[in-house]
Amino acid sequence: MRKVAVVGVGTSKFGNRTDVSLPELAWESVKEALDDARLGTEDIEAFVVGNVGGWSSEMLPAVVVGEYCGLVPKSGVRVEAACATGSAAVRTAYHMVASGESDIVMVIGVEKMNESPTPTVVEFIGRAGNYFWEFENFGLTFPGYYALYATAYMHRYGATEEDLCKVAVKNHYYGSLNPKAQFQKAITVEECLNSRYVAWPLKLYDSSPITDGSSAVILASEEAAKKITDTPVWIKAIGYANGTANLSKRLDFIGLEAAQIAAQMAYKKAGIDPLEPVKYLDVAEVHDCFTIAEIMAYEDLGFAKRGEGYKLVREGQTYIGGLIPVNVDGGLKAKGHPIGATGVSMIAELTRQLRQQVEKSRQAPIRKGMALAHNIGGTGHYAFVTILSLS
Amino acid sequence: MSDNVVNSVSKTLDKLYKEPLKQLETLIGATGLPVYKDPKSGALLWVDVRELRLRFTLSVNKIAKFVDGLREGKLLYTVCKRCGAKFFPPQADCPRCKASDMEWRETSPVGELITWTVINVKPASFSHHADYVVGIVKMPDGFNITAWVEADPKTLKPGMKMRLLVDRRPGENYITYWFKPA
Ligand SMILES: [Zn+2]
Repeated sequence: MRKVAVVGVGTSKFGNRTDVSLPELAWESVKEALDDARLGTEDIEAFVVGNVGGWSSEMLPAVVVGEYCGLVPKSGVRVEAACATGSAAVRTAYHMVASGESDIVMVIGVEKMNESPTPTVVEFIGRAGNYFWEFENFGLTFPGYYALYATAYMHRYGATEEDLCKVAVKNHYYGSLNPKAQFQKAITVEECLNSRYVAWPLKLYDSSPITDGSSAVILASEEAAKKITDTPVWIKAIGYANGTANLSKRLDFIGLEAAQIAAQMAYKKAGIDPLEPVKYLDVAEVHDCFTIAEIMAYEDLGFAKRGEGYKLVREGQTYIGGLIPVNVDGGLKAKGHPIGATGVSMIAELTRQLRQQVEKSRQAPIRKGMALAHNIGGTGHYAFVTILSLS
Repeated sequence: MSDNVVNSVSKTLDKLYKEPLKQLETLIGATGLPVYKDPKSGALLWVDVRELRLRFTLSVNKIAKFVDGLREGKLLYTVCKRCGAKFFPPQADCPRCKASDMEWRETSPVGELITWTVINVKPASFSHHADYVVGIVKMPDGFNITAWVEADPKTLKPGMKMRLLVDRRPGENYITYWFKPA
């Protein structure tokens, strides 16, 4: 397997993007990534599109995006892994380069959720489990699935709704510093606590929004990367695992087993001590589709001991200056969660963090040169942990 | 006839989509195009004139005994006759030993609540219900069951004993299963 580097990144403005069509939205990040790498479309040998769809009109997003972005007749396919679609697309492109098949491959995550009315989107994501045994008869919703974990976790460890809200407060704070975030407004714990329940014990402010957005990254072989850039960011490791479709088949509801397995795999490949991963990492992006998900991520990744994740946020340890800065772009919570683009945007953000190119107010200090992306599909149905490194 | 799942869901969908459809008709009539300016963003939007309705047809042919069980007021699971693996939801095939010879057994009547949530923001197809509780219950048979819990959520605690019921669901009139504090 060859070394693979990220050599160009781009991210569109996230939000309710009524001003652009799906391929136009993709082009925003494709152009930014090409400019970042100083490449043209002719340099891209193949592309992978991350898109979940259903709520948007295009059935064949890879074909539509490929045509609009001038990538035809280069080969492109669509990849889907629920909310971890972006990471699955990165993994697919990584293997295309690592195997020696291609030298320069582009990953394009794009999602246009607002092409459908909100009730349709709620209906679609409620089906993100096992259709008959969870949705058809019991009407679970996406917040509902995570709420099942929140209830169990809070009872077991004594975390409170206020603790969960502190995750939202942190991520909104960093969202307010990120011009591409959907929400650029800081919030208070009180505002969060006073927001209405969507799936008790989770409230509106515990939840990521419905988002349109795109993100693109260009991956290159070592030889190609050295010609393109002086600051390649290497994909050191990708860990991955799946969970059962039915949540009823899970052993417990206090963490995501798939995420734990993916983290162990990534740490082993990257040479990171799984007992002290924070010693190796400058910054992390974790999958905070709901506030409880960020707290479980701290534990599944080994940033905190089991049952102590909520203490990290209580103590402010995941702000810049703490033990490890997490989601300093606003996370899914405030930056937004355009399902298929989210995982790609995590890699784009961490690449810019490692290159020290983000807005000064939210730049994590880069001392060790390593960063981690944790991207979950569904409710621990898919898990990807990707480690990026300057060396 | 009002308390039936089919007309309850239809009514909701009518409420959601009839008015926008009328507006679309008026828009095309008046301007010749299904195009309007989004009042929030000012962006120009084309409203899809080709509506797609989705209603799936799922095969329960291989788990016909499960369906028979519901009819008799029983909730059934499968046990692999070769290796003893237990399945709920019931499976017709055993991936552990690759056999497809299953014994059908009735689940125990009582389990223990592991976790639960209250669905406050409901999917449109469930919006004819008041907020409902969904729980996961650990059964002594060696698996968990996800279903509604008929109880005041404030009274629920992890480990609480839950009794399984199989009957026509009030307001929907089709046979399904749920739990009630034992
Ligand atoms: Zn078997």
